Amino acid sequence: MIHLSICKKLQGVAENMQLKVAFSVQKGEFVALRGKSGSGKTTLLRTLAGLENANGEIIVENETWLSKTTTLSPQKRRIGFVFQDYALFENMTIEQNLLFVQKDKTLATHLLKLTELTALKNRYPNALSGGQKQRVSIARALMKRPKILLLDEPLSALDPQMRNKLQNELLTLHKEFGTTTIMVSHDPSEIYKLASRVIELENGKIIHDGTPKEILLKTQGSQKFSFEGELLEIKKVDVIYVAIVAIGQQLVEVVVSANEAKTLKIGKVVRLSTKAFSPTIS
Amino acid sequence: MLSVLQHMEFTPFLISFKLASITAFILFCISLPLAWYLSQTRSKMKPFIEAVTALPIVLPPSVLGFYILWAFAPDSALGAFFEDAFGVKLAFSFTGLVVASSFYSLPFMVQPLQSGFEGLNKNMLEASYVAGKSKFVTLFKVALPNIKPSLLTAIIITFAHTVGEFGVVLMVGGSIPNETKVASVAIYDMVEMMDYTSAHIYSAIMLIISFLVLLSVYIFNAKQVRRFGL
Repeated sequence: MIHLSICKKLQGVAENMQLKVAFSVQKGEFVALRGKSGSGKTTLLRTLAGLENANGEIIVENETWLSKTTTLSPQKRRIGFVFQDYALFENMTIEQNLLFVQKDKTLATHLLKLTELTALKNRYPNALSGGQKQRVSIARALMKRPKILLLDEPLSALDPQMRNKLQNELLTLHKEFGTTTIMVSHDPSEIYKLASRVIELENGKIIHDGTPKEILLKTQGSQKFSFEGELLEIKKVDVIYVAIVAIGQQLVEVVVSANEAKTLKIGKVVRLSTKAFSPTIS
Repeated sequence: MLSVLQHMEFTPFLISFKLASITAFILFCISLPLAWYLSQTRSKMKPFIEAVTALPIVLPPSVLGFYILWAFAPDSALGAFFEDAFGVKLAFSFTGLVVASSFYSLPFMVQPLQSGFEGLNKNMLEASYVAGKSKFVTLFKVALPNIKPSLLTAIIITFAHTVGEFGVVLMVGGSIPNETKVASVAIYDMVEMMDYTSAHIYSAIMLIISFLVLLSVYIFNAKQVRRFGL
């Protein structure tokens, strides 16, 4: 069980914004943290890790990490931290990267096997691809058998296929180690797949806290399909207007009325939805 | 030509290299914590310390030499203290030369180390802290091994710069044979005495050694870049 209640001035953003959040996380929970950039997600993770100071209280499994009188150093917090840029120790081989954290050869071998890195264990980080580096980084973070695993946009720099693969690996690792996990992510499918809870931040405050279904699913009422996308172009084809919308990685053509064609603006985020529609998926 | 070489006195070179080795070693011990501190601190004192450290680069050697000589004089507080406490005479002695060189070459050790540390990925150091490693362990196991090119540059340039110094050495050490007469001062003496043959030989040796030292630094650094992508 983690209790957190902190207050901290956010640096480098518009006029005196404060990060002011309070929440509890159950042991073993997988929490996704989302929000616009500058909303305080990374600062929240770094404060939990002890890499930044804050006022307030952090209690993890009856151990006080932060209070008015004590501030536990990052060295003593038993956390795993996965950085967006991997942050591997460049002077050590993959295996040495893991063993540097904890001299536990059995666990290192096990983690290397789980992340399919056994064949690469004697290579230096410089010789690995982005996806491989991030797997090392995740394995390294688990070497200390942390109480909390913190992931700061771990997969955002990878291509969709590699993301998919690593999402499955994260799921496997979470099942095996049962580590309480907090992950910053912007990708709804990633959040839906991995997390059991979503916390959304805006300007340093929590604006939503619930299951991925409650927060991410955009359909309302009798809507069957609802997608958000960016309007790229509207063109006239004979007597109708066709709008091109980018949804995720795909482009879609939609017929719009002449009136709609006038009011819609290119570059805006639009919502596509249909009712009473029985699609077949093949 | 051969007979000239055979009868040549090479002690000034030995003194130069001894002085440079000792200075480089002392400066490494002093500069490592200083450069690490400067690279990590957010203190308001940082520019002040940086400016003091960089002073020897811009000050004329004669100014530095004059102040050091003044501080080392037997009738000054520092000079008297060293004489009474350790029985060491600082002015016009090899020990004094080592202390003076340590001031003179300080920026050449601190600056490459500091910029090496500052160029490190901050997250990599934080990953080490999160892994439970102290700042001390992080410095020696993570930071230092990842700045090998800067480390080598710092040590070699400090060594070479000490071998190449002239003004401060002449003022603080004088030109006492077998004690403080280093190669650069020896060349000055030779030219003054119009012994151009010896001056030529000494100068050529200095030129070749300096070039080889710099060449080896650049070759090593290029190899490091290929291997680790540093």
